[in-house]
Amino acid sequence: MEEQSIPIGMLLQKAAKIRAHILEMVAEAKSGHPGGSLSAVEILVSLFFYKMRHDPKRPDWPDRDRFVLSKGHAAPVLYSTLAEAGYLPTSELKTLRKINSRLQGHPDHRVPGVEFPGGSLGIGLSAAIGMALAGKVDKKEYRVYALLGDGELDEGETWEAAMAAPKFKLDNLTAIVDRNGIQQDGLTEQIMPMEPVGYKWKAFNWHVLEVDGFDFRQVIDALEKAESMRNRPTVIIAHTIKGKGVSFMEWDPAYHGKAPDKDTVRKLVKTMLEE
Amino acid sequence: MLVQLASMRDAYAEVLLELGQEDPRVVVLGADTSVSIKTSLFGDRYPDRFFNVGIAEANMMGIAAGLALAGKIPFVTTYAAFVPGKCLDQIRNAIAYPNLNVKIVSSHGGLTVGPDGASHQTIEDVATMRAVPRMHVVVPADAPSTKSLVAQACRTLGPFYIRLSRPSVPTIYSASKDVEVGKAKMLREGSDIGIIACGIMVNEAMEAAETLSKTGISAEVVDSHTVKPLDSETIVRVARKTGALVTAEEQNVIGGLGGAVAEAITESHPVPISRVGVRDTFGESGEHQELMVKYGLTSKEIARAAKQLIKSR
Repeated sequence: MEEQSIPIGMLLQKAAKIRAHILEMVAEAKSGHPGGSLSAVEILVSLFFYKMRHDPKRPDWPDRDRFVLSKGHAAPVLYSTLAEAGYLPTSELKTLRKINSRLQGHPDHRVPGVEFPGGSLGIGLSAAIGMALAGKVDKKEYRVYALLGDGELDEGETWEAAMAAPKFKLDNLTAIVDRNGIQQDGLTEQIMPMEPVGYKWKAFNWHVLEVDGFDFRQVIDALEKAESMRNRPTVIIAHTIKGKGVSFMEWDPAYHGKAPDKDTVRKLVKTMLEE
Repeated sequence: MLVQLASMRDAYAEVLLELGQEDPRVVVLGADTSVSIKTSLFGDRYPDRFFNVGIAEANMMGIAAGLALAGKIPFVTTYAAFVPGKCLDQIRNAIAYPNLNVKIVSSHGGLTVGPDGASHQTIEDVATMRAVPRMHVVVPADAPSTKSLVAQACRTLGPFYIRLSRPSVPTIYSASKDVEVGKAKMLREGSDIGIIACGIMVNEAMEAAETLSKTGISAEVVDSHTVKPLDSETIVRVARKTGALVTAEEQNVIGGLGGAVAEAITESHPVPISRVGVRDTFGESGEHQELMVKYGLTSKEIARAAKQLIKSR
């Protein structure tokens, strides 16, 4: 029943637009992190255009659902999504990483819709726990979502947080791991092997779901299951591809933090939006 | 004269209970040191607003940031050996950068934690926290001023680092209304030398002034409990009036109150200055009084520094 109501066409359109924004803004900035932004597009689109209760006109609405981008280097996907959702003008996106811009290289929470200044890896899940705890104390219904990078799982604090959330029975918290398999220096399984990832979270008493992170139905279905789970936090391991949507970027660790040039981007965007 | 001793952490635990009653936004986080620091009393009274995160200081800071972002006023407390040491990144990026309303109160600061030894003696926390933009840094001198300064921090928007010491200390302030965050407190007037102290060294400074007066030296004593933002106006005024300053703190002489005072007077009214504190070395196990003597954190050392400055004038 849920599936029938998912407006897949609209979500696909948003995803295409957001991919185009990401490429254009990092090309304009001549730096930034396109790879890990492109891998997370469908996750953010599922949240901001389907699952989350939020209101771009009231970014401070106390009852809003909250999204924490712990892998803050994926700022382009966050800013693009916020712009498409109406939190900021899309024309502002080209100011990414420029002097006097609100759009800092890593999320700055002065930007409406940015809940947390992720950037230094490992902190976001802890912050999401804090927000979820406050929701419990205040008996509010809001939910908290935290998007973590898979490379970020190297950070010890992630596992301190992973241990804490089940203790506090935070069923209003959903963590999502963007499992794109690549971190800055190379493949995650070479730099610091983390498999079996799902079992690790399971051993920490989380409700664990694994999905194809580009399949809206699977992502949304997992988000719904997370919401109906009682007394336990859920982690969704979203299997993705770094650089998704740009053939030469996919699976190339070089595009973790490198911007393509403007000409290439112009051609890419044209094809993307035509599709 | 009867000297009344009181514990700063008792005072902290007491004021937390008051603040908890006064403001439902107040929440307290602990990292397996809550019984020792007595913040567990808050947990007993307000169990739904107390979170023990285990021995995980980084996570504790991150959680505090999230609580503050959701409108709470988190008090984060553990030993100074671990805060900020184990979680400076979280304090910097998740708390100070977004200017969150998190109050970090560390206990057992300085050398006087005693027999636990150098690993548990914090001598660089004031310097470290002072270098973080937007951070307030407060080092109270006694129990009543601890209560007052903590309560003021609770009512002042923004991040605070408040550093307490372990030993019970002589009470200096009669009424808690005597201290104000950001305003150095003149405790004794004098004209030959100015002694600027914070924390448990304020009492030593008062004793030094008494000793000095017996040798005909008139010392002015100022409690600079707020190390940041420093009350430069008062300190420069003391420098102008006395012509020489001694600073005294239970911290490394690098970058703490001594550093702050030196920076302030160098820019507006340079005078000779002598910094009493830990001389850029690690501590060791020992009783707190023994450590204070061995590492020069005494009224005697302050008086000696004052005399030397006056002699070389």
